[in-house]
Amino acid sequence: MVHPLKEEELKEHFTVTYRPQAKYSYTAGQALSTFLRGLREGKILGRKCPRCGRVYVPPRLYCEDCFYPTSQWVEVKDEGIVMTAVASFISWTRDRLEEPEIVGTIRLFPSSPRDYVYPGLFHRICCSYDDVKSMRIMGKTVRARWKPVEKREGSIEDIECFEVV
Amino acid sequence: MKTNLKFRRVAAIGAGMTPFRRRMLETPQELAWEASRKALDEAGLELRDIDCVVIGSAPDAFDGVHMKGEYLAHGAGGVMKPASRVYVGGATGVMTAISGWYHVASGMCKKVLAVAEEKMSPGRPHPQAVFRYIWDPITEKPLNPNLIWIFAMEMHRYMFVNKISKEEIALVSVKNKRNAANNPYAQLGGEITVDDVLRSEVLVWPVQLLDVSPVSDGAAAMVFVDGDIARRYTDTPIWVEGVGWTLDNTSWPNRELAYPRYLENAARMAYRMAGIERPQREIDVVEPYDPFDYKELHHLEGLMLARKGEAPLLLKEGFFDRDGDIPSSPSGGLLGVGNPIAAAGLMKVISIYWQLKGTAGKMQVKRPVHTGVAQAWGDLMQASTVIVMRN
Repeated sequence: MVHPLKEEELKEHFTVTYRPQAKYSYTAGQALSTFLRGLREGKILGRKCPRCGRVYVPPRLYCEDCFYPTSQWVEVKDEGIVMTAVASFISWTRDRLEEPEIVGTIRLFPSSPRDYVYPGLFHRICCSYDDVKSMRIMGKTVRARWKPVEKREGSIEDIECFEVV
Repeated sequence: MKTNLKFRRVAAIGAGMTPFRRRMLETPQELAWEASRKALDEAGLELRDIDCVVIGSAPDAFDGVHMKGEYLAHGAGGVMKPASRVYVGGATGVMTAISGWYHVASGMCKKVLAVAEEKMSPGRPHPQAVFRYIWDPITEKPLNPNLIWIFAMEMHRYMFVNKISKEEIALVSVKNKRNAANNPYAQLGGEITVDDVLRSEVLVWPVQLLDVSPVSDGAAAMVFVDGDIARRYTDTPIWVEGVGWTLDNTSWPNRELAYPRYLENAARMAYRMAGIERPQREIDVVEPYDPFDYKELHHLEGLMLARKGEAPLLLKEGFFDRDGDIPSSPSGGLLGVGNPIAAAGLMKVISIYWQLKGTAGKMQVKRPVHTGVAQAWGDLMQASTVIVMRN
């Protein structure tokens, strides 16, 4: 278990200070563009497969099971069930956060508890750390808290968070 | 009962690995060379005997070098040979062995060197930041997720659906770090208690520091040969009897996380090939993928070695201990040995190989073993790879 480096030596290092201009302008795509426009209007839009009936939220142009185009836009509710929720004390660069950030996945209605796949979103959840720790938030019905119309810009951030109804 | 084999039988005859450490002083190529040389030595072969080379490595961004397959080629013995790189996220390690298997099983190569390497430590400020580019850029990345979030979400869902406590899950960490104390390659072996786990730093509730495997550098390599010539080199070839792998979709917010259906599919594929009908009766030793402690339980259920939600119960009874009915992670797993992603997966296969060969030294499990399973898992909770070996 002997290691030639000590803990403090791990922090002393030569770094290459070059910062690459690796900026990307991603394509939202055919399906997600309409989804994002829907968010600006306060609607959560999905695509329905005409063959198997599966509803995709976030929407897809094709059904991954049937491998045929999804053909129909459907609006799902901005209300759903918290499937899982966590409280993060670290940022994406693993810096320490004082106030935990609470996020989770939401199974949107219409859907049933028996579904293995369902329309759903990954988003912030407005609740306390205690609600997460005690698992009280799990299985609760939540609704999207939308940004005011004038501040919406067609992004997933148009929903501030999901909060308990 | 196996009938009508349409492929050539494949045996593993050599394996080697470097120690796993937080920061190794060697370059990725030097690590790959060290593991490859050890594997060739154990097999009694020279590089000129090798027909094909398979290289496994997870995202380029960890080592900080693009085209890692090509970069590693000379350290892995792949110069002027048919060499290829496989990559399925965290599941890459076992996929490297599977790829080695089908190079031989297809009849294309007689002797294959399979090498997996990963150097997690170079990324600054922390390798965690590298995961930023695995998310959906439109629907997920604006929320600034990190990788531990999704593990924590899956862990919490698993705990919620199956009514499992943090204490029960912490036992995995305790067991694996204890097992790792017997492993000369291990980074984090030792005796810890459930309390130590529960008192460690909260990263993303319910995940705490000791629930997670460390940042590591390391490499591992194996030699696979055609069954017809295996006994020229060893009296104890270890046979690759079944392989399986599955990829689910990337839409993890849109599916049930409490049970890994993709793993069950992969396991069924491998078991069918190996003729295993009752996994819990027929498998003697298992190395499930354990980057987080709950993952080991999750995977034991997916491998059908425990019923849904019952793995913690069996663990508490000692069923998965080193002297238990089906020793699980006798090497110490990723939690104890370390987690250089691709190398960690191949380390799991090597652990089973050494157990079946009887050369695992202090890691050797108490009961005689004949059938072993190694498994890895990766990507956005979507990939699983399974390999079944027999002696």
